[in-house]
Amino acid sequence: MDGKLDWLAAGLPTEGTNAQLPRAGTVARRDVPTCRLDELLGPVRERVREARWDACVVVNDERVVFGLLRKAQLERDADESIERVMRPGPSTFRPHVPIAEMAAFMVSHNLASSPITTSDGRLVGLIRREDAVQAAHELHAGKEQTPWKRKTGPA
Amino acid sequence: MPHEIHERREVQALMDRGAQIVEVLPLDEFEEDHLPGAIHLPLRKIEAEARQRLDGDRPIVVYCWDPA
Repeated sequence: MDGKLDWLAAGLPTEGTNAQLPRAGTVARRDVPTCRLDELLGPVRERVREARWDACVVVNDERVVFGLLRKAQLERDADESIERVMRPGPSTFRPHVPIAEMAAFMVSHNLASSPITTSDGRLVGLIRREDAVQAAHELHAGKEQTPWKRKTGPA
Repeated sequence: MPHEIHERREVQALMDRGAQIVEVLPLDEFEEDHLPGAIHLPLRKIEAEARQRLDGDRPIVVYCWDPA
């Protein structure tokens, strides 16, 4: 293990004040559909629709991320291979990134979604911008309420 | 004999076997995030406090922020 950073980047559990706060890894959706490079788009698209998703992450057997399929890619010809239609090498983020930082980045860079991966490149889940923004707002609202909470209690 | 560990699995295996996990970073960093069950023993206090705070008969894993 190459230090605490390596442990955090692997999405492994920690203790402490930050451990209770939402991070990219905890907000990411783990039920995102996945597919392989050698599959054809048709069956994958069907699988994605049945799962009521609009994105799919391309991974290998070890869940290492190779690419991403979003709406435009999913609308391509059914007989095309995933390897051909996917968006290769998507921007990925580590599980320990604070949610406020994640949300701000996604908004400023107009990222609809992004894979969250460990330092080994393995998929943790897909974080959606709306989820990141909502979690960041809730965290901010919770912090604003804290001074009021501290005022209550025994005199 | 002390030796460097670079594999997380090795650390996890040692944790499962009851190793003492020691973080040497400043207290505020330790309080924010630390490995489960880790003890805080800052670098400047290791020489003075390690013997009384750690069990020499059990494995000890010491970690920092990164390998640098």
